[in-house]
Amino acid sequence: MAKKGGNNRKKSTRTYIFSFALILVFWAVVEILGHMNMLSSKMLGLLIPICAYAIMAVSLNLVVGFLGELSLGHAAFMLAGATAGVVFYNSAGLNMPQVLRVIITLVIGAAAAGLFGVIVGVPVLRFSGDYLAIVTLAFCQILKNVLSTTYLGVDSAGIHLAFDQGSFRLEPGAKPLIKGAQPISGINKISPDMMVSFTVGIVLLILTVAFVLNLMNSRAGRAITAIRDDEIAAKSIGINLTRYKLMAFISSAVFAGLAGVIYVLNLSTLDFKKYDYNLSINVLVMVVLGGMGNVPGSIIAAALLTFLPELLRNFSQYRMFIYSIVLIVIMLFNQAPAFVQLRQRLTAKIRGKNAQEPEGGEKADTEFFEAKKQGKEDE
Amino acid sequence: MALLEVTNLGISFGGLQAVSGFELEIESGHLYGLIGPNGAGKTTAFNMLTGMYVPSQGNIVLDGVDITGKSPEFISKAGIARTFQNIRLFKGMSVLDNVKVGMHNRVTYSMWHGIFRDGVFRDRERQMDKKAMDLLDVFGIADKADYVASQLPYGEQRKLEICRALASDPKLLLLDEPAAGMNPNETLELRETVRKVRDDFNIAILLIEHDMKFVMGICEEITVLEYGKIIAHGDPESVSNDPRVIAAYLGGDDD
Repeated sequence: MAKKGGNNRKKSTRTYIFSFALILVFWAVVEILGHMNMLSSKMLGLLIPICAYAIMAVSLNLVVGFLGELSLGHAAFMLAGATAGVVFYNSAGLNMPQVLRVIITLVIGAAAAGLFGVIVGVPVLRFSGDYLAIVTLAFCQILKNVLSTTYLGVDSAGIHLAFDQGSFRLEPGAKPLIKGAQPISGINKISPDMMVSFTVGIVLLILTVAFVLNLMNSRAGRAITAIRDDEIAAKSIGINLTRYKLMAFISSAVFAGLAGVIYVLNLSTLDFKKYDYNLSINVLVMVVLGGMGNVPGSIIAAALLTFLPELLRNFSQYRMFIYSIVLIVIMLFNQAPAFVQLRQRLTAKIRGKNAQEPEGGEKADTEFFEAKKQGKEDE
Repeated sequence: MALLEVTNLGISFGGLQAVSGFELEIESGHLYGLIGPNGAGKTTAFNMLTGMYVPSQGNIVLDGVDITGKSPEFISKAGIARTFQNIRLFKGMSVLDNVKVGMHNRVTYSMWHGIFRDGVFRDRERQMDKKAMDLLDVFGIADKADYVASQLPYGEQRKLEICRALASDPKLLLLDEPAAGMNPNETLELRETVRKVRDDFNIAILLIEHDMKFVMGICEEITVLEYGKIIAHGDPESVSNDPRVIAAYLGGDDD
């Protein structure tokens, strides 16, 4: 009996091992190639975005895949984290040792994104239905546009905040932190050595994956999955729906904030316009391609979809064409019944014959009664 | 004092009085039946007892605690668990996890224990695994603990749903048409299961059922609803011979 319970855990153990092995192998390969100077500057430039998008995809998977709520504004939390982080990084953080400065920036970015997660989540997640998709979509546009008209600066008189250029005046010599629609530029990188920055990105990705997997394999995670599978049943066994929906949503926002910070520190400019609907949808595509509730899948999809457009840059004319074909092929591979069967046969072969299948006769019986029962459902 | 005391319970949706003057008294360790033609308000009564609907009138007292109009969470903690007419399992989760999620408010630890996988987490999970496996064993589906719930045959899905409800250590178990869609053999087996649950767990069971042979054979006391009102109440013998009950069934929707 106890052995059976253990089996269940074995499956999740496989997910753990695969996820972390995937990340570590990626890290090791890049480190080796990097030290042999075999990475082009273009490739080097992709390393942090891959980490950032992987964090984005894994965290969005928490909401879309595990909780089963659609969020179309994940970019907003990335932007909130990036902006709050950069404002600190370029002001109070300037005189700190770099390690401390980066850590505090990450914490502030995560906290800011989490705060916005609370602001969006608390009113919306009390309801069941598709409200979240609409509200997150709108929130993403609102945040981007509000930041584009924000002017923020510090001088000896204190902090100046304005929403039009006319009333925003700083003492000569003081540098504004946010200048309306103009991108924030001159953000120092985490480290001049790309490999160090990359390692920071990998560590954050590992933290994200560990958090999500541990959460989902605990009491709270079971409650979250239960809500996805059947809200009414979840309610009837005493699960507080709002509490667990918020838990998933806010955690997801916090990690998006972290992703925003490392992404923008690597890019050295922060252009609000980039964090729009398109970016949110891109991350959503990664989640869908990688598989709902599939953490390593999200990482692979994020890496692939960040890498692919760059790879296709030389065929710029056909870039979007090839990109969409690849998307369709992956989707077919993941979802089409013939492919699913093929995959199952392959995994069965690899795992030997341990995999049990429900007996066919009994199942036909079930379906028969299921149909019969459906006809009777009326009250 | 009885385990559950329901007095003058009623609910109306807009202008429609779905249930009115519903009374019920339930003692621990006994089996009760709630029957009536389709649309009589049986499931509505269940929904009020479990907090899914807020009653418009009346009182529900469970073991001395007033649970009228309280949240499903509160009522689940107070000790009422239920199953559904159209099985509502967590289909994507394993059989074992379905039972473990039923213990949500019985074996608890905070989110952070789960994140850091500390001693508390391991201890509570072990406790849950053991309790869940024992429960599954009672229903003879322990060997399928690792199956995804939707892979189970129909009869075992019903059993699993009862298992999940029992995992919350209820004082009162509500079964909404447990025999629906079952073949005669499965129904017979279910009868034994329900009896066993009552005896082994020493809880009260209230069930809605259309299979009259099943109800008459197992329940000690039966309440009959028609158009939201109680038309008869008593032991199976007297209820099945009550002319009003016979009229309700033969005159109304046959089922």
